[in-house]
Amino acid sequence: MIPAVVAIVAVLAVVPLLGTPDYFLHLGITSMLMAVSGTGWAMMGRFGLVSLGHGAFIGTAAYVMALLWNEAGLTPWLGLPIGVGAAMLLAALLGYPCFRLRVVGHYFALVTLAAGEIVRLLIVALREHTGGSLGMTPRLAPDAPFLAMQFSKTGFWWMALLVWVFGLAVWWMLDRSMSSKALAAINEDQDAAASIGIQVTSEKLRVTIISAGIAALGGALGAQYRLYLNPESLAGIGISLQIVFGAIAGGMYSMLGPSVGAVFTIALEEVLRVGFGTAFIGAAPFVYGVLLVLFILFLPRGIVGFFAKRR
Amino acid sequence: MDPFLLEALLNGILLGGVFALPVLGCNLVFGVVDVVWLCYAELVMVGMYGVWFLHTQQGWPLYLAFAAALPLVSALGVLLHLLVVRPLLGAPPINQLLATGGVLFLLQGGAMLVFGTDFRSLGVELPPMEWQDVFISGTKLAAFCAALVGAGALWAFLKFTYVGIAIRAIARDREVMPLMGVDPRRVYVVASAVGGALAGLAACLLVVQLDVHPFIGLSFGPITFMICVMGGLGNMLGGFLAAFLMGVIVSTGSFWWNTEMSYVIAFGFFIVVIFARPRGLFAR
Repeated sequence: MIPAVVAIVAVLAVVPLLGTPDYFLHLGITSMLMAVSGTGWAMMGRFGLVSLGHGAFIGTAAYVMALLWNEAGLTPWLGLPIGVGAAMLLAALLGYPCFRLRVVGHYFALVTLAAGEIVRLLIVALREHTGGSLGMTPRLAPDAPFLAMQFSKTGFWWMALLVWVFGLAVWWMLDRSMSSKALAAINEDQDAAASIGIQVTSEKLRVTIISAGIAALGGALGAQYRLYLNPESLAGIGISLQIVFGAIAGGMYSMLGPSVGAVFTIALEEVLRVGFGTAFIGAAPFVYGVLLVLFILFLPRGIVGFFAKRR
Repeated sequence: MDPFLLEALLNGILLGGVFALPVLGCNLVFGVVDVVWLCYAELVMVGMYGVWFLHTQQGWPLYLAFAAALPLVSALGVLLHLLVVRPLLGAPPINQLLATGGVLFLLQGGAMLVFGTDFRSLGVELPPMEWQDVFISGTKLAAFCAALVGAGALWAFLKFTYVGIAIRAIARDREVMPLMGVDPRRVYVVASAVGGALAGLAACLLVVQLDVHPFIGLSFGPITFMICVMGGLGNMLGGFLAAFLMGVIVSTGSFWWNTEMSYVIAFGFFIVVIFARPRGLFAR
């Protein structure tokens, strides 16, 4: 897996230098950043910790970063880590009582769903600062693009690539750690795992915080790239389910699965958008939905999982 | 007492009645089939579009459109069960949840394709009622009464009919019932049909109060699931009571602050309840 990733990264790194059209750079950047969020989600999703509220973490990080820039003039270089930190804190505050009190399965999924909705509604409710449902734009700074983290597409391409590699590296380290074995055991049988000395609560809490941080990093950077923040597209049930869809479609049990899923989702969206235009505005979610159902019915391990099994 | 606060309280109870139907339907399906229909609110949306289409586009009288919405959504529930849920009954529960999440997107996109993104209004309004400076919308009151009748009919069905008793028995013990000569697969289909019919009834009550659009499910879907979980998933009475509690919280919350904050408070309350009583407010 590692040589393949190195080769992909090497190819991707030179793509912007080859005069690739902006449109494809744009698709690449969005795919990579969505891949980061999906990889983050799958870090816990593959151990049966299904969160339907990762939008809560993305929304928190993105809005903290943008508000610090707009209202306090703090550069996103600091605002992004602070925002991601806030998202991880939120994950800890939400995760600790959940795992301590053994909120699992459906109950956990629905608690996280509630958390995502709370963050979305809070963003709307604080409309004096966040612009409510209309969304907000980070203040443009044409004279200091680096300080404001407002680069050209080429700059963002490398940044997205870097963050993507970081996400995969975290996955890889997590996968090789004892935590991964412990979490697999917990997923099989929580009581049996606890009886052999696995710290169930802290293992789950750790992976949740990491997962939230990675997902928030990808999502917040995506908002910074688009220079537009909207509560519907950054928090709440819609984005949360989209992340899940990408990860499932690609395969949440392998390192590159969520990335393949992200590319697949964005390619699908573009094909449908270009193919049908605005005349069939619902075509994309409709086909998404059909595919999601078909994937879960026939390819529960996703695209990558399907091919990995064949080999 | 402040008449406005009283009005907010009464509105909360009326709102609870509207929440109650989807909560009962969702709980019935979960209690029997052990699957959460994440797309439940979207089934309600389909019913709302059905009523709107038949009444305003086809010129059907309103009561006929209502009468058609129930079997329509009920059939949709059965289809959902047969095509999506049944093949996944042996899969991890999370796959079932996510597959119905896929149906959520499918129905949302389908509604956009067929009806566009415009807000569709039925344009029916009953005159408001006044009692000592307290105004109550006649439409909401009528919907509330209909919700109570629907809940009562469900109760009678579960209590007195053979199929209803089989449904309750399956919910109590999945292993023993097949030995007693009840085919669980048929009971699942019946429960899905009844769950769908409740979504259809909820659609009739909502379409007279709200404009329908493809994303309307997102506005009351999450709170429906939270009410179910708060009352204890599968616990019908718990869900019914929790619906009124949530209705009052949302309604008085928007009296003191604003609509978004009232939902924030309601969802926050839900999370606190789950931490305090992980199996629901009314778990034994």
